[in-house]
Amino acid sequence: MKPATFAYVRAGSLEEALAALAEGGDDAKPIAGGQSLVPALNMRLVRPSLLVDIGRAGLDGIAANGVLRVGATTRQAALSDDDRVHPLVRQALPFVGHFVTRNRGTVGGSIAHADGAAELPLCLVAVGGSVVVDGPDGRREIPASELFVTHFTTALRAGELVVETVWPLAAAGERSAFAEHALRAGDFAQSMAAVVLRRDEAGRVASARVAVGAVTDRPTRLDDVEALLVGSVGAEAAAEAGALAARLVDPPGSTHASARYLRALTGTLVTRAIGGAS
Amino acid sequence: MTAIELTVNGRVVRETVEPRLLLTDFLRHRLGLTGTHVGCEHGVCGACTVMLDGASVRGCCVLAVQADGCSVETVESLAGNGPLTALQESFRRHHALQCGFCTPGILMAATDLLARTTPTRAEIVDLLSGHLCRCTGYTPIVDAIEACVESARARSGGT
Repeated sequence: MKPATFAYVRAGSLEEALAALAEGGDDAKPIAGGQSLVPALNMRLVRPSLLVDIGRAGLDGIAANGVLRVGATTRQAALSDDDRVHPLVRQALPFVGHFVTRNRGTVGGSIAHADGAAELPLCLVAVGGSVVVDGPDGRREIPASELFVTHFTTALRAGELVVETVWPLAAAGERSAFAEHALRAGDFAQSMAAVVLRRDEAGRVASARVAVGAVTDRPTRLDDVEALLVGSVGAEAAAEAGALAARLVDPPGSTHASARYLRALTGTLVTRAIGGAS
Repeated sequence: MTAIELTVNGRVVRETVEPRLLLTDFLRHRLGLTGTHVGCEHGVCGACTVMLDGASVRGCCVLAVQADGCSVETVESLAGNGPLTALQESFRRHHALQCGFCTPGILMAATDLLARTTPTRAEIVDLLSGHLCRCTGYTPIVDAIEACVESARARSGGT
């Protein structure tokens, strides 16, 4: 299908983008890479009256100053070529769409779209990042833990725009892994798990971050699994942690997989990711 | 309607388009460049893949107005009226096409991949996960792309 009609404005700066979004009201949508939005337009799942193109608003680029600041319209592909990007993100990136869509899709767009089955939002939660947004009430920073509300819904207020995503740098003694299962390579995940483990000098897990997605309505850290892992050595607790993760999630079944299957799958992926991070 | 100016296969074109016009439809219907195919229109099948400012993109997931001021290359740019590119020649030699519907998109994506990296066979297979071939001819397609990596390596004297 083809998109329904809409008006189009290309913003040359953040100020122009915010002004156009404010004028367009609830029915205006920002567009950057368009790798989720244009398919949705084509299928007429969304019919905005105005698209504000922020692709040339000067919101791209990567800078490190204690954290990694990734401009909203930075292409996903740019993350794979940058050593400063947290290893978890680089491990997850091959699962983000395809080679060709990563050339066009943006980091900020993926975060703001908040698809429950998207990899970058899960990574942002797993590493404890945040987003910087700007809008009618000025600039503010929202931690990833408070950003994702439910499917395709974030804590952004009307007229606000993600201008930057903020990613902690990898810490010493930290190892991470990402595991995902999809029906086809590049397809939406059926389940996925991200694990970041920090160990002390004796090799014991000092802190753990375990997050799952696709089986939840937003990227979700599993506190009880993290607590179980603290103090463990190597991957000795991986199987038990996976079994616990399987009990903690409650996904609805679908045509492709029953709820029971998805719970078991999540447990397997958590176990696998803990092994990968050990 | 929005006025746009872009370079397509080295030629400057100026057109007035509706914002909702997809880049693929602009190339095919306005410019008559029907080498770019239209499959799923939601970024999955890869048939519409073209180069936009030097990077392969889905033509169906880009609005023509977004390409204003940009440079676009389609499959027609590869050989022009001259000899086939090494990749196209390798496709011919390995019989890497049957009906040819998926071929333009794969050629553009693989041209991009080969320009940027020296891909392994696994990376070539991963690239092709974004391109549906319903004649199920993936193995000769992988062979054709891999042969280009090998011949480029042989030419550069590398290992």
